[in-house]
Amino acid sequence: MSDNHSIDHPKHLAHHFHDSEQQSESAKMGMWIFLLTEILLFGGLFVAYTIYRVWNPDMFINAHKQLDVFMGSLNTIVLITSSITIALAIRSIQLENRKNSIRLLIATLLLAGVFLVVKYFEYSHKFHLGQLPGEYYTFTGIEGTNPHIFFSVYFLMTGLHGIHVIAGIGVISWVLRKTIKGQLSSSYYTPMELSGLYWHLVDIIWIFLFPLLYLIG
Amino acid sequence: MENKNHAAEHHIIPLKTYLSVGAILFFLTAVTVWVAQINLGGWNAVVAVSIAVVKASFVALIYMHLKYDNKIYSVIFLTALVFLAIFIALTMFDTVNRGHIYETTNKPINKNARIYDNPVIPDSLAVKADSLSENNREDN
Repeated sequence: MSDNHSIDHPKHLAHHFHDSEQQSESAKMGMWIFLLTEILLFGGLFVAYTIYRVWNPDMFINAHKQLDVFMGSLNTIVLITSSITIALAIRSIQLENRKNSIRLLIATLLLAGVFLVVKYFEYSHKFHLGQLPGEYYTFTGIEGTNPHIFFSVYFLMTGLHGIHVIAGIGVISWVLRKTIKGQLSSSYYTPMELSGLYWHLVDIIWIFLFPLLYLIG
Repeated sequence: MENKNHAAEHHIIPLKTYLSVGAILFFLTAVTVWVAQINLGGWNAVVAVSIAVVKASFVALIYMHLKYDNKIYSVIFLTALVFLAIFIALTMFDTVNRGHIYETTNKPINKNARIYDNPVIPDSLAVKADSLSENNREDN
């Protein structure tokens, strides 16, 4: 066993792992545990959302009409498309097609950028109208008690999600650099696979945020 | 076991699977936007969340490879969801039932909130806030 280890020892394999497979499985498990903590982090905000919506059902319906369903739908489509491109980037590296993988990673980064640009327009429109969280709320066009609570929830949830998108851009750029440098191949692509998992989770969270914030009945 | 994991590790999912899952996700996005335009009362939220659960399951099973990978990752993922469900359910036992224990009314939170001391509209808003909390008191 130890002979085997010393004979073919790929560059990416850390010495405390038995083989590449064990290493990648361990890395993946660590990533999933991190994603678990991410779900619980957003979980707190989903609980806050549920409490305030149950307490103020009519105000939530009135306030959500201020959100632009077109912008929200557009961003949903953009994020789903970026999930497809990063999944295909991983498939390409599995097939040893590095060029295609690089192209798909760049596409993912561009789509993440489009998401943030759309979000910027939505945010600046709300800033302009004074639809801001808590005590900064100055908008007067919504009926119901405490409409600023809706916008506190909206900005906290989409803001934390937006920070995750920005972090995702950083991580995917790092993976892109590694891919361009030729450090990833079909025998070792763990960094790309793990950043893909992260990016899909960011997509999943948006899949819930979109109907809960933009499409209240 | 060893062999099975090995096979899973190198399982390359066909391009067709990725693209058809993408098509399903786009279709369900259109459905959820369309259903939201119809007034189903309380069912709107149920339908919207159900569609979101289906979409999230496709992403997790296919794009995140949970369907093909070692099942331990699915267990970790589901653990998070179970604890999130406990978190939401136990909190609801409290926050939904406070009205049964003591009288609650929906009052404006006006400490520092500029909306309630905006000189342009204070009266109309105060009236709305009052009538709303009145309604809520009757409901309870």
